[in-house]
Order: sequence, then C-alpha cells, then structure tokens
Amino acid sequence: MGFEDVVSILGSGIRLSVPLILACLAGLWSERSGVVDIGLEGKILVGAFAGAVFAFYTGSAWGGMLGGVIATIFVSLVHGYASIDQRANQIVSGTAINMVSDGLTALIGNAIWSQGGRTPQLPDTALFNEIRLPFVETLAPVPVLGPIYKHLISGHDIITYAAFAFVPLTYWALYSTRFGLRLRAVGENPAAVDTAGISVRGLRYSAVVICGVLVGLSGVYLSVSQAAYFQPHMSAGKGFIALAALVFAKWRPWPALATCLLFGILDALATRLQGTVLPGIGAVPVQAIQSLPYILTVVLLAGFIGKAIPPKASGIPYVKER
Amino acid sequence: MSNPLRPLPQWADVALIPLLNVAAAFFISGLVVLAIGENPIEAVKLLIVGALGDLEGIGFTLYYATSFIFTGLAVAVCFHAGLFNIGVEGQAYVAGLGAALVALYCQFLPGYSLVVVAIAAGALFGAAFAAIPGYLQAKRDSHIVITTIMFNYIASALMGYLVVNILRVPGQMNAETAPFPAKGQVPQFHEILNKFGFDWPVTPFNLSFLLALACAFAVWVLIWRTRLGYEIRTVGANPVAAVYGGISPARITIITTLISGGLAGGMAANVILGEEHRLILEYTAGFGFVGIAVALMGRAHPVGIILASILFGILYQGGAELAFDKPKISRDMIIVIQGFVVLFAGGLEHMFRRPVATLLARRTSSPPI
Repeated sequence: MGFEDVVSILGSGIRLSVPLILACLAGLWSERSGVVDIGLEGKILVGAFAGAVFAFYTGSAWGGMLGGVIATIFVSLVHGYASIDQRANQIVSGTAINMVSDGLTALIGNAIWSQGGRTPQLPDTALFNEIRLPFVETLAPVPVLGPIYKHLISGHDIITYAAFAFVPLTYWALYSTRFGLRLRAVGENPAAVDTAGISVRGLRYSAVVICGVLVGLSGVYLSVSQAAYFQPHMSAGKGFIALAALVFAKWRPWPALATCLLFGILDALATRLQGTVLPGIGAVPVQAIQSLPYILTVVLLAGFIGKAIPPKASGIPYVKER
Repeated sequence: MSNPLRPLPQWADVALIPLLNVAAAFFISGLVVLAIGENPIEAVKLLIVGALGDLEGIGFTLYYATSFIFTGLAVAVCFHAGLFNIGVEGQAYVAGLGAALVALYCQFLPGYSLVVVAIAAGALFGAAFAAIPGYLQAKRDSHIVITTIMFNYIASALMGYLVVNILRVPGQMNAETAPFPAKGQVPQFHEILNKFGFDWPVTPFNLSFLLALACAFAVWVLIWRTRLGYEIRTVGANPVAAVYGGISPARITIITTLISGGLAGGMAANVILGEEHRLILEYTAGFGFVGIAVALMGRAHPVGIILASILFGILYQGGAELAFDKPKISRDMIIVIQGFVVLFAGGLEHMFRRPVATLLARRTSSPPI
C-alpha cells in the first residue's frame, strides 16, 4: 500500500465520518442536557428522506437542507415532549422513533414514486458540490503536502466543512458560555438548576432542538451530498455507531471528533480490504473490522480501558418538587 | 401540572388506559394510510381477510405469533427486573447458530431427541449471548441498553462471517447452511393433522407454538408464583430496597438476562427448526424488535403478550396480503404501526392518564355541599 492508497483511504474515511460526527454531536447536546437519545438512527433517516424530497421538489440543495432539518427538529420535539413533559422512559421513546422513522420514510417514498421506497435521482443542480479551495493546482506538484491538500483538505462539500466547524463551536458553546454551563448542569443536577430559577424544561427543549438540527444535517449529507437519492434504511446503523462513538468519547466534543474519524477510517479500510489476502493472515475477515467500533465501545463500557460515565441525570425525567 | 393525581380505579389502569393507548396508535396509523391516499377501513378489511380469512392465513398468522411470543416474553422478563433488553434480535440470531450446529452435526442422536437437543442448544446460545451484557451490567456497571445495541451488531457481523465463510456448503451460491435432516425439524401442524385425516393447508405453523404457550405459562409461574420471581420484581421496583431485603441485584440481573436470552432462543425453534430447516442470513428479520412492542402492549404479562403477539401475527400476515392488493401500503406500514404502538403504549403511556383521571373524578365525586 503506497502513499496514494493511504491518502485515498483517509479521504473516504473522512467522507464516511461526516454523518457520524454530526449525529454524534447531536447526541452529545441531547444527552449532556439529560435527554438520552437512542433515536439518532431514525432521525438520520428522516433527515435523509425529507432532504431528498425537498431537494427534488425545490430543485435546490439548500431547500433540501431546510426541509430535512425542519423534519428532524419535529421528530426531536416528539421525543422531547415524551421525555420532558410526559416523563417517559426515554429508551422506549427513542426505540419508537427509530421504528416509526424506518417504516414511514420507506412507506411514503414507495407511495409517491413506487420504486420500493427509493426517490428519483436528484439532478446535479440539487446537490451540494465539492468546494475547491484556492491553490489546489499550484500545490499539486508538491510531494506529500500536495495530494494531502488536494484530496483530504480541499474538495469536500459545505456540510463536511460545517461538520468539522461544529466541533470547536460545540466545545466553545458548552464550556465557555453561560448557556453551555447551564445545559451541562441540567444534565448533572437539574434540581440545582431549578433552584437557581432557570427553566429545566426550557434548557432541555433547546438541547433537543439543537440535536434535531445537527442530526438532520447528518441525514441530508447522506442523501443530498453523498448518494443523490434516498433509499430505505440507507442510514445502515450509522446512528448507532454515532451513539457508540459518543460513549467512547465520554460525551466530550473533541474526543467525539477523533472517535468518529477513527470509526470512519475503519469503515473505509474494511471496504478497501474486502477480498484482499494479507501475507501470514490470509483473507481479511471484513466483518471483524466492521464490528470493531461496537467491540471497542463494549470494552470501554466494561471499564477495561478507562471508564465511560454518562451525565448523571441523563435518562431521568425531572419532576419539580410539589 | 401541579396537583397530584389521585390513583385510578384498577379497571381503568389494567384495561382502559392500555386500550386507549393502542387505539391512539392505530388511529394515527389510519391517518397515515389516509395520507398516502388509501382507504383505512378497506385496508383493515383486506388485512383481516388476509390474516384470518382462510386456514392458510390463520396458519401463517399463528406462525408469526409464535416468534413474537418468544421475543415478547424475553423483553418482558427483563422489564420486570427493571432492565431494557434491546438485544433480543441478536440473541435470537445467535440462538439460530446453536440450533443449526446441533441439527447438522449431532445426527448420531436417536429419533426426535435430536430436535429436542437442538431447541435446548438454541436457548443455551441465546442465553450465553445475553450473559455478557448481563454480566457487564451486574458487575461492571455498563448500561445494558448500550451494550445490547452493540451486541446486536456484533451478532450480525459474527453470524455473517460464520454463515458466509464457514458453514456454507461449498459451491453453494446462497448464504445458508445445508438442510437439516427430518429428525432435526420441529413437526408442522399440517403434517400431524394430515396423519389424523384432517385436511389443513401447508403452512409453517409448527409445534413450537405449544412450546411458546408453555413458556408463557412458565414465565407467569416464575414471575408471580416463585421466590426468584419475587426477587426479580423487587429488584425491578427498587434495587436499594432489594439489597436491604437480602437480595443481590447483581445476581438477579445476571439470572434475568440468562432467562431472557433463553426465551429469545425459542425463536430459533420456530423459524430455523420449524420452517426454514437450515440457517439463513438475518433470519430474525427484526422480530426481536417486535418483541419490544409486544411486551409493552401486553403490559409485560404473559396473557397480554399472547394477545399482542396474535395481533402482530395478524398484522404481519395480513400486511403481506394487503401489500399484494394495495402496492401503496407496503409492508413498511407494519413497522410504522409497531413504532406507534411502542410510542403510545410505552413512550406516551401516561398521556391519557390525566384526562381519564379528571373525567372519572368528575363523574364519581359529588359536588361540594
């Protein structure tokens, strides 16, 4: 495997990690406020479906993005209403979101276009295009740096750059603003926040909406940037990998980015190594690489490599004292 | 949101609220059918005729229901201990491996003892696969929801590797094992009935149904009539009080997940040994997740679970027929209904409690002075 191959694997690793980063940050916002979200998988599907539908009818990628994000905010609010106002079991509510989203996107897609749930191919004008950063061609002949700049740093679409920008933004908002401090507090000790006269409900609802925006972008990326159509079940477990990454990153933004990149590159590696025979090992069992994110997360959860401790109040509905 | 609720009368708690929740789920599903331009009443008619209109439909309905009883019981047993086992799908999948290994490689076993051992091996594999998340929850404090989700994917990867790369018959295109011998199969009802002279159409409905009913009864005895069941319910209600009462929550957690995984393994008896007669890729087809809906709808009680399983059996069989007649209402509609049932019977289960309580209080309490 030469340098070119490494760059190409890293490049597709970055592309595969974008939906993970967005979904993982979405889960981070929600869970840091105390609302556990295992419905990320379903919300990605809703974002992807609504994104494709709106991009198709408006003929614009931005229209698709807007439609996709509004749809996932709505789904997030349903989960929020169950978790915050109805004090539901948040795991059950998230499971319901996953099922309804999985079924509904396929059902509606099939009812409109009768292609087994697939939407028509989006025209090029309704897609987010690659952005070529300046000096790509000037730097191209430079060894090592040239290909890295051309294939890894330049040539991605707007959602990719946004996803990477959301990491420092989330870090700043959570750790350096008053809103972020309160939001983290509400996930650890809502009673204390309530005593200070700040609305627990309001904070949790805003976290749920932020979660909806981010996870919606994750879905829109799949259909409007990557595939140019929506297909049933196209999230293929990405929401759960994002959840695993969130646990693995111990609910912190920068480690979340690193974990999602790692999982994305593992995915690219698994695709690349399919069918290749390594000397001494034999045929690579692709399934082993594919299940690595899940195994790593379980090992971490078991406390064998550090300890993953979730926000203290996550999953527990807040009941105001009577 | 201020004055505390007065407790509801028992009939409302046990029957009215669950019925309202399920009715809401079906009402919203009806609106979905309307929204995609079909007539919900007509759809329900087609669905019921497809599921219960003839003996063939009934056979398929009960065949699906059998799987749901197993997965529903598996989820419900964990509910009683306060655990949410989302991993029933993976546990049932791995159970298929145990059943297939015995049916294929233990053919020295005489007569029908082969299929009995195969069923036991399925339950054992299911339990073993559930044991790891159970142990991690009990001893290492790893949340069972996250670990069982991860284990579903680990099961999928592991089984994919084993079926495609190791167990597949050489030269065979389909990813499946060799067929089981006749003595490694659970007999189907039509075979038995034909022997006695009754004419029943060929359906996959098999004796596993009786095993499922027996398991439902056993779960009822376990939860409400044994000391272990009492301990399970105590840990579920209040782990701290359980410790004070001399019960070890860690021990109960492990035992409960083992029982749950074993029950999930029953699905292998129904599908792998009873119908497919070979191990195929992704044979569980999401039925482990249906168990969540069934357990919530049946209020984690075996009788409720059997009824909910039959309802979902009707939905799966009738839904297939419906999708044939009305291509717009594809089988995804069943997943939608299932999701709404989980949402209204689980997530929003208290939504109707306040209105119902207010209504009942107004009717029963006499006005002041």
